[in-house]
Amino acid sequence: MKLVDLQTIAENEVDFQRSYKHRINVCSSSGCILFGALKILKAFKDAVKEFGLEKECKVARTGCIGTCSVGPAVLIEPGDYLYQNVSTEKVREIVRDHIVLGLPIKEMLYKNESFFKKQKRLVLKNAGKIDPHRIQDYIAMGGYSALVKCLATMTPQGVICEVTSSGLRGRGGAGFPTGQKWSLVARAHSSPKYIVANLDEGDPGVFANRTLAEADPHAILEGMLIAAYAIGAEKGYLYIRAEYPLAIQTLQKAIAQARSMSLLGDSILETPFKFNVELRLGAGAFIAGEETAILASIEGKRAMPKPRPPYPATYGLWGKPTLIQNVETLANIPMIVLNGGLWFSKTGTTECTGTKCFSLTGNINNPGLIEVSMGTTLREVVFDIGGGVQNERNFKAVLVGGPSGGCLPEALLDQPIDYESLKSVGAIMGSGGIVVLDDGSCMVDTAKFFTEFCVEESCGKCTPCRAGLARVKEIFEAITKGSARLEDITTLEKVSAYIMDASLCGLGQTAPNPVITTLRYFKNEYLQHITEKTCQAGKCFKKEEGEQKQ
Amino acid sequence: MKKTKVSTIWLSGCSGCHMSFLDQDELLLELAKKIQMVYSPLMDIKTFPENVDLTLIEGAVANEEQQNLLKEARKKTKILISLGDCAVTGNVTALRNAWSDSDQAVLKKAYMEKSNKNGQIPTDVPKLLKKVRPIHEVVNVDYFIPGCPPPAGVINYVLTELLAGKTPNMEGRSKYG
Amino acid sequence: MVNLKIDGIEVEVPKDTMILKAAKDNRIDIPTLCNLEGLISYGGCRLCLVEISGSSKLFPACTTPVSPGMEITTNSNKLKEYRKMTIQLLLSERTHICSVCVANDHCELQSLANQLGVDHTIFERNWTKEEIDSTHDFLVIDRNRCILCTRCIRVCDEIEGVHTLDLRLRGKDAQIIMDMDNQWINSCSCTSCRKCSNVCPVGAIYIEGEPVSHTKKKDIVEFIKTRRNRK
Repeated sequence: MKLVDLQTIAENEVDFQRSYKHRINVCSSSGCILFGALKILKAFKDAVKEFGLEKECKVARTGCIGTCSVGPAVLIEPGDYLYQNVSTEKVREIVRDHIVLGLPIKEMLYKNESFFKKQKRLVLKNAGKIDPHRIQDYIAMGGYSALVKCLATMTPQGVICEVTSSGLRGRGGAGFPTGQKWSLVARAHSSPKYIVANLDEGDPGVFANRTLAEADPHAILEGMLIAAYAIGAEKGYLYIRAEYPLAIQTLQKAIAQARSMSLLGDSILETPFKFNVELRLGAGAFIAGEETAILASIEGKRAMPKPRPPYPATYGLWGKPTLIQNVETLANIPMIVLNGGLWFSKTGTTECTGTKCFSLTGNINNPGLIEVSMGTTLREVVFDIGGGVQNERNFKAVLVGGPSGGCLPEALLDQPIDYESLKSVGAIMGSGGIVVLDDGSCMVDTAKFFTEFCVEESCGKCTPCRAGLARVKEIFEAITKGSARLEDITTLEKVSAYIMDASLCGLGQTAPNPVITTLRYFKNEYLQHITEKTCQAGKCFKKEEGEQKQ
Repeated sequence: MKKTKVSTIWLSGCSGCHMSFLDQDELLLELAKKIQMVYSPLMDIKTFPENVDLTLIEGAVANEEQQNLLKEARKKTKILISLGDCAVTGNVTALRNAWSDSDQAVLKKAYMEKSNKNGQIPTDVPKLLKKVRPIHEVVNVDYFIPGCPPPAGVINYVLTELLAGKTPNMEGRSKYG
Repeated sequence: MVNLKIDGIEVEVPKDTMILKAAKDNRIDIPTLCNLEGLISYGGCRLCLVEISGSSKLFPACTTPVSPGMEITTNSNKLKEYRKMTIQLLLSERTHICSVCVANDHCELQSLANQLGVDHTIFERNWTKEEIDSTHDFLVIDRNRCILCTRCIRVCDEIEGVHTLDLRLRGKDAQIIMDMDNQWINSCSCTSCRKCSNVCPVGAIYIEGEPVSHTKKKDIVEFIKTRRNRK
């Protein structure tokens, strides 16, 4: 396939899609499949056949629409009518009323308009709209044209300049400027160079990267291709956790399709540029998402982090320069190349451009996958997009940044979402998890839960994380059993600070965040647990009381 | 000059720390000018006295009687010192903690499995605690002198410093094991 | 050559030297447990953390190379506190009972505890019952004493070149294993070279019937350096 052919494919596909009057997008991401989305998909196909609408109405299997709480969700275009909680029995009715009669069934439509209103969907613009299993769908939406633009009109240096000027920062959590990282790798002398796309999303309750891969796999591949062109890499690894079977399947298919259309391989679009992608499956360790541990894992070793320097940019996979990027960062790349860095930098704040995807979960009315501009406040996310706390309970805290994020109280809800401002209050951007807690949750128990997670997932290499976190967990056990002393709070504070300062990698350095923030914002709950031996939320003191110290 | 009232307690340990205390030899004579022993396994006194200035505790806490004595001593003492590894870490005494049901397991082992015939767990002795604990996990401890046993010189150093109203510095002096 | 200041003392060391080595060569002692000259640095024990002026972070001296004009503090109060914390964590992590340990008085963990003035642990001790493997003719591993410094794994891999030893499980449960978690006697790769017992800083791997003083007195560092330099 040549450069010009892509245009033809896109035009043909657009024409083909225009030949349909309606398009029924059935969300078939992992979440909706659990609700029976595949049966719904079949039911729609049957119903369309029954009404003889095969020529007018396209039934498509798509990725996540975002409204995960009301699955299976079905989006009918044109008009973006979003049907919620669709069951197989209702399918016939929807087709009859909506498609045949042109009367959308109002009571079945998703009502939380604010869910989409406050969002800014750039990375997720295709999610729920295209069939992730068809490369043509992606191409019709302008997919791979950024790659064509790079190959035909831009120098690698030019691409890096564009990315730098966009102000894009790593979406994996640390927020390192992407352009700067690229030029570091591009400047490194040794070859070959490698790209690693990080899709090892191990945080409990976080599913943003998975959903992206399930909904728009080619955006990730195109981002990788452009990055490869910019830094001069010929081989890329897409590291994905084995617990994501649907995402793996989707990516495998996408890679095969891209290869068959010579968008991957030895002479891409008949230019000298070559790039291959290999899928690597993780073996179930949270730590494998850490940037040096992921390299060890790809090399076939135990996923253990290494001290930096040397940095992967100069000494990565098998000692060669390696660019490691989160898949969400990569998915941002095509639009930056197409529209320019300046265009991109207009979204978000000056320090922190663009958008960020979050998985919004917990005791909230509209959980789901969301994407907001940087600088959106947590209040907007929780109350406008999320629709507030579930079951008419009161808001208590929001945990931002996964198991090693921080628990923030109501008073800090006006904090804008960006790397620095979250860090200043003890939370982190992390991999993009926002968990809302209502007044029925115990903050001591919450901190204990996340500490337990980090104890389980510590690799065991460095003392603070391995032994320190285990001791923190024991102190929590004592507190929730009623055998703790007031001094234990001081010990908790001391050890937490030590673990943050002394640990080798990001896991240990951020693991005490829930402990530190709950101690900072909800200290009275700790005191209540220790002195009065009561838990207002009723989560603790369930087991038999341990031996009491004086 | 009023003498400092000193007591020593022997919990679950081998008495080696008390031996080491006595090993201060001629330095004991100097010490004796400043202190008055008011309670000790070396003396014949049954109840722990009031208003003790300084108590040295050897051994880990293994049974209820010891726990009560320790708590009483804490209440009646100004400065409480853990003497030796059993008091500081649990040491050999605490090795039984590795058994999940540590108190019953150790009794069964000692009185049933190891007995020649008609093994029987005694009932007229203080009840064992589930786990052996070092002193500072039961009460607050002011100073620690580790060592198995702690060298006589270190005991003397700590006591002399304390009697002079100073804070002993254990850096380079403490000795585990 | 690179000029820098360690604890206020001007020193000159070759380029790419690690801070730990630079300090040691200038008689400045930075404590460490996992590092052993001649083996690839691991950066695990975190005892050798130092402060570098201009950064609020702490840097492991064993894996951070020197750079010109660096000003390093190796012994601030914060570092002392943290080192004491590390030792306390290691002591309370598994069943370390010095008085009944083969390495008593010849143990790097014990002597560091004494040197740093760790007189007790603020943490409740963990009484582990890890497996002891004494199936080998003369080598014994008592995992209760292991501090997971991985010196044995590295010496086995890098110097002896057989990689008999490795880790299984993760976090606090991590254990040193032989081959594919075999008993030592069934290990087909172990050459019984004794290097692992020589480098063990504590009494976790030792030679049965041989006083540890004998094992640990051999100048293993010189040996490793010679072996590594021999091409």
